[in-house]
Parts: sequence; C-alpha cells; structure tokens
Amino acid sequence: MSTRSPVGYPLRAEPSTDLAPEERSAVLDSVRQNRSLAGNLLPVLHGIQDRLGWVPARVVPLIAFELNLSRAEVHGVLSFYHYFLQRKPGREVIYLCRAEACQAVGAANLEAHAKRKLGADLHGTSADGRYTLEPVYCLGNCACGPSLMIGKELHAYVTPARFDELVSG
Amino acid sequence: MSTTLYIPGEATARALGAEAVAQAVTSEARNRQQTVRIVRNGSRGAFWLEPLLEVDTPRGRVAYGPVQAKDVGGLFSAGFLDGQPHALCLGAIADIPYLKNQERLCCARLGVVDPLSLDDYRAHGGFAGLLSALPLEPAQIVQAVTDSGLRGRGGAAFPTGIKWRTVLNAPPTAADQKYIVCNADEGDSGTFSDRLIIEGDPFSLIEGMTIAGIGVGATRGYIYLRCEYPHAHAVLQSAIATAYTNGFLGADIQGSGKAFELEIRLGAGAYICGEETSLLESIEGRRGQVRFKPPLPAISGLFGCPTVINNVITFASVPTVLERGAEFYRDFGLGRSRGTLPIQLAGNVRRGGLVEKAFGVTLRELLYDFGGGTRSGRPIRAVQVGGPLGAYWPDSKFDTPLDYEAFAQAGGMLGHGGIVVFDDTVDMAAQARYAMEFCAIESCGKCTPCRIGSTRGVEVIDRLRSGDRPALQTTLLRDLCNTLTYGSLCALGGLTPFPVLSALDHFPEDFSKPMAAAAVGS
Repeated sequence: MSTRSPVGYPLRAEPSTDLAPEERSAVLDSVRQNRSLAGNLLPVLHGIQDRLGWVPARVVPLIAFELNLSRAEVHGVLSFYHYFLQRKPGREVIYLCRAEACQAVGAANLEAHAKRKLGADLHGTSADGRYTLEPVYCLGNCACGPSLMIGKELHAYVTPARFDELVSG
Repeated sequence: MSTTLYIPGEATARALGAEAVAQAVTSEARNRQQTVRIVRNGSRGAFWLEPLLEVDTPRGRVAYGPVQAKDVGGLFSAGFLDGQPHALCLGAIADIPYLKNQERLCCARLGVVDPLSLDDYRAHGGFAGLLSALPLEPAQIVQAVTDSGLRGRGGAAFPTGIKWRTVLNAPPTAADQKYIVCNADEGDSGTFSDRLIIEGDPFSLIEGMTIAGIGVGATRGYIYLRCEYPHAHAVLQSAIATAYTNGFLGADIQGSGKAFELEIRLGAGAYICGEETSLLESIEGRRGQVRFKPPLPAISGLFGCPTVINNVITFASVPTVLERGAEFYRDFGLGRSRGTLPIQLAGNVRRGGLVEKAFGVTLRELLYDFGGGTRSGRPIRAVQVGGPLGAYWPDSKFDTPLDYEAFAQAGGMLGHGGIVVFDDTVDMAAQARYAMEFCAIESCGKCTPCRIGSTRGVEVIDRLRSGDRPALQTTLLRDLCNTLTYGSLCALGGLTPFPVLSALDHFPEDFSKPMAAAAVGS
C-alpha cells in the first residue's frame, strides 16, 4: 500500500487504493490544481465533478486524506450543496428552473411534461440513461422563461414542444 | 472597408439564437465578399429584442432585432451594413424608448463595449475612477463613497460607506489581512443584473473591487459567483486575466505600489450562500451555514479578518462615484435612496429586461411604460418585488415609488431590484406554498424556525386548501409566520413570511380553492 502524505512520512495510510483509475486521478488532479487555495474544498469538489460528472461517495476518504480533513467534513460539504451530484447522472444533465419568474410563464406545466417525457422524477434519470433531471432555482434568464440549461447551454422560452425538440435532438 | 457589427455574446441572447446569427453573418459576409468585424458585446438588456444586432454606421449604431439566423441573408440584401431599412430595423439604437428613457450609470457600458477589450473599456471612461482613487488617502475614498449615499444593492441596502469605514478602522488581526468579497451569488428569481454586468462589463466590477481594496487597505479579493452562470464565469476569468496582464490587478497597480489580488470562487447551487455569512463559510470550504452576528463581517469576516462584502452592482457603482464625484451620484434618487437602481423586469412581462433608473420611478411606470404589461396579454394580477423573499403585491400598490423606505412602509422590500410579473391565471395560494417549500429546500438547517417551520408551513397551507378547519389553519399559519419572522437567524427564515402573508392578505380568495394539479409540483 502506498503511503503518500503531504509531510513526507506516513501519518495515516492512504485510503481508497481500490478506486477506479479515473476516479483516483480525478481526485488527485483536482487536489493538485487547487492545493494552494485557501479553503479549497469547494474548488476541489468542482474539479472532481467536472472530470467525473459526479462525486461518488467512495472518493470521499481520499479527498479527506489529501486535504487533511475528516471524512465527515467532506461528506457534510458534499451533501450540503445541491449542485454536487452524489449519484451517477445520465449522459447529460437538464437543469430545469422551478423559480418564480419561470412559474409565471408555465414552469409547473413544463416540469410535469418533462417528468412524463423522460419517465423520471426530479433528481432522476431517464430509463435510457441519457438525461438526468435536476431542479434549479433560477438561471438568471428570467425575462425569457421557462428556462432550462442542458450541460452549460442555456435555453429560453422552453414550451413542452420545444422541450421535446431539445431532448430528441 | 470593414463594417463593425455588434452581436451579443451574453447568455440570454445566446439562448435566443445569437450564436447561430453570428455564424450566419460570418458565412454570408464571406459569400458576398464583404468584410465585417463582429464584436460580441454584452446585452443592453432589452431582451424581447434579442438577438439584437447593431451595425456601426456614420449616423451612429443602427439596430435590428430580434434577428434569427434565417433573417441574415435578407438583411444583407436589404443593405443593413449601411443601416438600410428592413422589417427588423429598429432605427438608431439610441432612440429606442426603452433604452432612451433610462438613466444608466453603472450599466452605461452594457451592450456598448466589447466586454473583454480593455481598450474599449478605457475609451468609455473605464478605470478613470480607479486612477483618480490611486493618489487619494484611503479615508478620502471611503468618504467619497459615504457622501455618495450609495447603499448596498444586494438587497439589505446598508450604507456602503459606513461598512467600508468600519473595515478601514477595524483593528488588525493576527493575520494582518483584510478582504474584499463580492457577492455574485445572484440567486433571487427575477434578477439578472449582476450577470449582465459580469458578462457585459466585467472590468467595472474589477475596478470597483480594486477601489474598495485600496480604500480599506485590503489586498485580496474574492468574487463568489454562482455556478448556474457558466458563461459569466468564463467571461470573468478572461477579464481578470487581462486586468492582471495590464497591471490593473496584482502587486503594483499602475505603478502606485498598491496591491490587489482577485480570485473567483464558484458556488454550488445553494441559495443560502447569497447570505453574507453563509457565503463566507462557503469560501472557507465549509457548509454554507449562516453565522451568528455579531461579530459583523466588517470586524471578523473571511478567515476571521475584517471583510467588506458587497454585491456586484454596489461595486460596479463605485467607479462612477470616484470618477464623477459623490455629488453627481447623490443627485440621482430621492430621500435616503440615492443614485440609480438597475431594475429587472421578469416573469410574465411583454418587454422584459434591465431598466436602470434613478430611485423614485413607480412600479406602475415600470410595469406598463417599460414592461408593456404581460407577455400573455392578460391583466397583471400580482407582482413579486425583491426575489423569493419579497412580498406579492396587487394593483393597488403599483403607485409605490421605488425607494427603500417607501417599499418597507408599504409592507414590501426592494431587495436586489427584481420584479416578477404574474397574470390573472396565477394561483396565489400555490405561490405561498412554494415560498414555504423553497425555504425548506434551501434552509441551511442551523435555526429551527426556518428548518422545520418551512415544512410545517407547506403542510398547513395544504390543509387550509383542502378545507380542513380553515379558520384554525389560517391562525396557525400566521402564528408560524410570526415565529419565522422573529425566531430565525437570517433573512431566509425571517423573510419567507413576506410572500406567504402578502399572498394571504391580498389574495385570500385563492386559499379557499382546491389546488390545480400542475401547481402542486413535486
């Protein structure tokens, strides 16, 4: 078992040596990239999610080890923030706005339609594994709703018909 | 000869097809062997006209919109490169009433400049405020901001100068460090002015924060940006890099010997992180749970050090104050609300977008003269001003002038200046229920009224609507709201009763009707 540690000698045995290589390198790369930042847990988690699409619970011990935090601290932060996904999402994530400005132009209908169309509830994934439906509370597109974002691409005036176009494209 | 075209690269314009328009213009120009220079400007915030294409002509900029990619061939044929007429031609951009009738100070460069061109920024007055601040004593900078009457634009409207002075005079801590933090966690539904500034004029935020740093003796700044704005993130990263390269950030700003370092931190989808102490916790790498106050962040803020924390618009308003003087800024507005406010018209509104006006404009002028009523064409039944924690108001309150005190007196709040419009199909009891539901989803969990009261609130409203002893439920709901108002640690629990009780007070008839299936949500 390897015994890397920031101070050069094995304070604690390194956990999670059984991680898949891509998960292990996602953690280590993200930690390396953000090592010098003060209070770097959020940037580290962002880096991992950018690489893997989510933050599996099994990488938590390695993050904790690398940042000299307790696993509870890492889990606490990971589970606090809605953006960090603790379950493996579909190939694309649809962030569907549920907030007031979109409600005023039919967001509730769109939400009901999206759930039916994908056969998935909020936080759920379509059976074909293509889309995960995540609620979001405002995308800042409030004059042109209903709004949703697929990946990092924002869409405006999303009627149910437009939704069908977007997900069948 | 090359013609300059402006096609917004801003997120809403892109969502409406600006990217495809830019591509179509490029290829059409190539086919017709015409040379065009395309500038991806920010949006001016007249969203119903986006994608809004502007052509630089000897007579000034001529606007066309809303343009789709399929219109581009026709525009070329009509001679739009010379500003010729076309069905989509809106005439001179400067004459569009929606824009002409505004008083743009902090948003003056929006849509005008190339957001990432430092030369363009400087050609339009950029960094003049910073350059006049550099030779000043810190106390003089703080005094100018105090004299301008500028109040925090994030929502709480605390006098900015007083906050800055507290940090300037704060006793040094062991770490001997002070911080400037920008709250760019623009989570309120119906607001997008922070995003428009960041995407359309990012240097103004950088300049405002740098002035703050020099004013209070802080050498480090953080911008806490919400992750729901990936496009704004990219623009801001690029602008910060440019500012560093050109000596407007770093160890020696423009040879003054003064230092200011700036870094972006991304949020992760927690509304509560817009609350200032929760935001500080989040930058420090923890759960975004609110802190008890005191101590104020100005005394013990980020990493325990004195910290100025202000909203994007507040910082972006500062350069004008330093450049043109405190009196210039203070002459706008009324009462204790000085200067201008970027207002955002959102929801079911015909002409939605950004309207920067001096304080004093009425809600009715904004909703009808600027907004043009609802997008659906139906009557406006209610508006929510100030985000998810703002009150729902009926028509009878629409003559209230935009002024922090006038709004408070009328039982509402101006907040970050977002106005969400609803037509007469809205179910106000469903909106009240949603306010409680949202509080439950976004509560940080630290205090009991907010954490548990919000869930109980949803249940009480459901019982009320099902006709289960309505008088009793109404009493219970008011009692619960009282507990939330007076027993919560921060504004999330403390202000959730605003939308709930205003809906109940102004639209009681909706609470005795059963809920429509779609309105229940999940």
